[in-house]
Amino acid sequence: MTTPIVSIRNLKVAFAGGAVRAVDGVDLDLGRGEAVALIGESGSGKSVTLRSLMRLNPERRTRVEGSITVDGRDVLAMSARELADFRGAVVSMIFQEPLLALDPVYTVGQQIVEAIRRHERVSRAAARERALDLFRRVRIPSPERRLDAYPHELSGGMRQRAMIALALACRPKLLLADEPTTALDATVQIQILLLLRELQRDLGLSIIFVTHDIGAAVEVADRILVMYAGRIVEEGTARDLIRAPRHPYTIGLLKSRAHGALAKGARLEAIPGAPPDLANLPPGCSFAPRCPLAIEPCRADRPPLVAVKESQRARCIRTEAAATLAPQLEPTG
Amino acid sequence: MNASALHAKDRNAPSQSLLSVHGLVKHFPVKKGLFASKAVVRAVDGIDFDVLEGETLGVVGESGCGKSTTARLVLDLISPDGGEIVFDGERVGAGLGLREFRRQAQMVFQDSYSSLNPRLTVEASIAFGPQVHGVPRHEAIGRARDLLARVGLDPRRFAERYPHELSGGQRQRVNIARALALQPRLIILDEAVSALDKSVEAQVLNLLLDLKEEFGLTYIFISHDLNVVRFISDRVMVMYLGKVAELGTVEEVFERPRHPYTAALLASMPSLDPDRRTQEAPLSGDPPNPINPPPGCRFHTRCAFAEEICARKEPALYDAGGPHRAACLMVPPNSGHSRAPKVHEEEA
Ligand SMILES: Nc1ncnc2c1ncn2[C@@H]1O[C@H](COP(=O)(O)OP(=O)(O)OP(=O)(O)O)[C@@H](O)[C@H]1O
Ligand SMILES: Nc1ncnc2c1ncn2[C@@H]1O[C@H](COP(=O)(O)OP(=O)(O)OP(=O)(O)O)[C@@H](O)[C@H]1O
Ligand code: SF4
Ligand SMILES: [Mg+2]
Ligand SMILES: [Mg+2]
Repeated sequence: MTTPIVSIRNLKVAFAGGAVRAVDGVDLDLGRGEAVALIGESGSGKSVTLRSLMRLNPERRTRVEGSITVDGRDVLAMSARELADFRGAVVSMIFQEPLLALDPVYTVGQQIVEAIRRHERVSRAAARERALDLFRRVRIPSPERRLDAYPHELSGGMRQRAMIALALACRPKLLLADEPTTALDATVQIQILLLLRELQRDLGLSIIFVTHDIGAAVEVADRILVMYAGRIVEEGTARDLIRAPRHPYTIGLLKSRAHGALAKGARLEAIPGAPPDLANLPPGCSFAPRCPLAIEPCRADRPPLVAVKESQRARCIRTEAAATLAPQLEPTG
Repeated sequence: MNASALHAKDRNAPSQSLLSVHGLVKHFPVKKGLFASKAVVRAVDGIDFDVLEGETLGVVGESGCGKSTTARLVLDLISPDGGEIVFDGERVGAGLGLREFRRQAQMVFQDSYSSLNPRLTVEASIAFGPQVHGVPRHEAIGRARDLLARVGLDPRRFAERYPHELSGGQRQRVNIARALALQPRLIILDEAVSALDKSVEAQVLNLLLDLKEEFGLTYIFISHDLNVVRFISDRVMVMYLGKVAELGTVEEVFERPRHPYTAALLASMPSLDPDRRTQEAPLSGDPPNPINPPPGCRFHTRCAFAEEICARKEPALYDAGGPHRAACLMVPPNSGHSRAPKVHEEEA
């Protein structure tokens, strides 16, 4: 096996002088050309984990421990110079709101040309040619004309594509996508998801995709990782996680979805309670206060990552009991 | 239109409309650089719909098709360029004063963070509206604490917190409590659960259903999540480029869509089966520019069934059986579309 593109070991990220443990011991390996989805509770540290890979968390107020290796380079040891070269050229990121990534006063074409020329010595004309190729690749209609458009002149779906084109401008190996389709309607969402898959296949791009939409995760990801209170509580292939989840939180999450087979007026199977205060995490399993299977040992020690099969692991000491809770999923569409 | 349809608008008819929207239009002027040009964005371009007392009307459609603009027009947060809004039988702004209407109709937005004042405690935020409407402070605070308990936030733990001390789901519940504080009859929820993960979303959706039963509320529920819309709505309105494309009960629209855009939208839902991932997007390209919408049917530039007539004749919202309506030329008899039902004059 070749070395992974991303290797995160025991990553801990804390804010507020160490009190808020947003990420609390994450290990993550991503193979070259692999796409994984990160799903889970809001506030569980998905975005903070992504931002750590590019060192985008506010450095002065953030305490980081552990190690992050991307494409063989130690991210936490990089100088400001190295970081500037690294961002965009090795790893880049797309967001839910493209207007945060795009500058309103320049045309999208100008922004891509600038991004390319910041990293490579190429002529303006050559850079524009590459921008045009990128616009074709992300399927922006009338690409020549659209290069000269300002961000606000594009529709929501087109802005999302333009942002992806900008993120790809310097041929990164790793794309971090933080809820890139949450604000889009289903017809545009599926186009963007298929585009991500195509980029993975054709360019060998590695992708980490954060989403709340389990269906979207299945469309893009080979593997799915589930986060809860700063930790990865379960990981496995999309197939394993959808068909045979083994962590009670994953099971609760899957069961709480609204789906077509529900009777009129029925209530959803929500997980009772609320996520723990990150400044005050319980000593054992952080899901224990809400878990229907919790027993005394769950509250005493932090559970280890248990391999339930070769490709699937869950941070739970009751994975066998959990098997009996697993939902029968109703496919949609 | 037959006599019974006309009488459905009567004030005392059963399942009466709480809200009726007629010919609503909003065109935003387009700015070119520093100057306003003559061009306009036809954000909402002549729409009619009713919301029945006690129902939930789901609203879906392409991003930018005018859903939020419709919501803001209905609540009089922006003024329309045409059309009228009737609330509980009285024309808003004429028979029904704006102040009273604004109490009875409330909105919950997507962004739970920026819609709360960061300097007010949760209870002060909820009590603010009633105080503006003349409720004495101690009473408003008491009511706020009751509402917090009602939305599942223990007032002893949460009443005195500030917005930044809450999770996204907790903040969204505070927003709902705040909307309820004025004892409204209609609540518009615009992407109100979109930022939440599925388990918190489920809690908030259940809460919305409970509150609706308890207080006899009526909802307009705007969302991109078709599973959620299907779950919570009684009827659904599908919009495309500033117009209503289809309107019907959840069953009709989700199981027997009559407008090709609705069908494409439903077919675009992710599959949730790792072995049967979507291979091709049901709808390609992007919606046309709302500054210059296509003539005839606005969907004809992307429609798999478009014929020459579709570029010439603008479809109305045709009767598609019962309360089901669709703005497609394949629906009414003898429209000139080859797939339209053929009916001879005598039978018609
Ligand atoms: N710059 C910061 N300063 C202080 N706390 C922060 C900062 N950034 C994030 N946090 C906190 O860290 C925790 C994890 O946040 P993160 O944004 O990673 O959540 P998430 O899993 O992406 O959630 P969501 O699904 O809602 O986007 C949250 O409690 C958040 O409030
Ligand atoms: N204040 C404004 N000035 C100019 N144009 C506007 C304004 N508000 C909205 N628009 C435009 O009107 C159209 C409809 O916008 P609206 O926000 O109602 O869409 P939407 O259906 O809510 O979309 P989304 O699903 O993305 O929220 C869009 O083309 C939008 O750019
Ligand atoms: S009217 Fe024509 S173009 Fe419009 S949806 Fe129907 S078939 Fe398609
Ligand atoms: Mg996030
Ligand atoms: Mg909107």
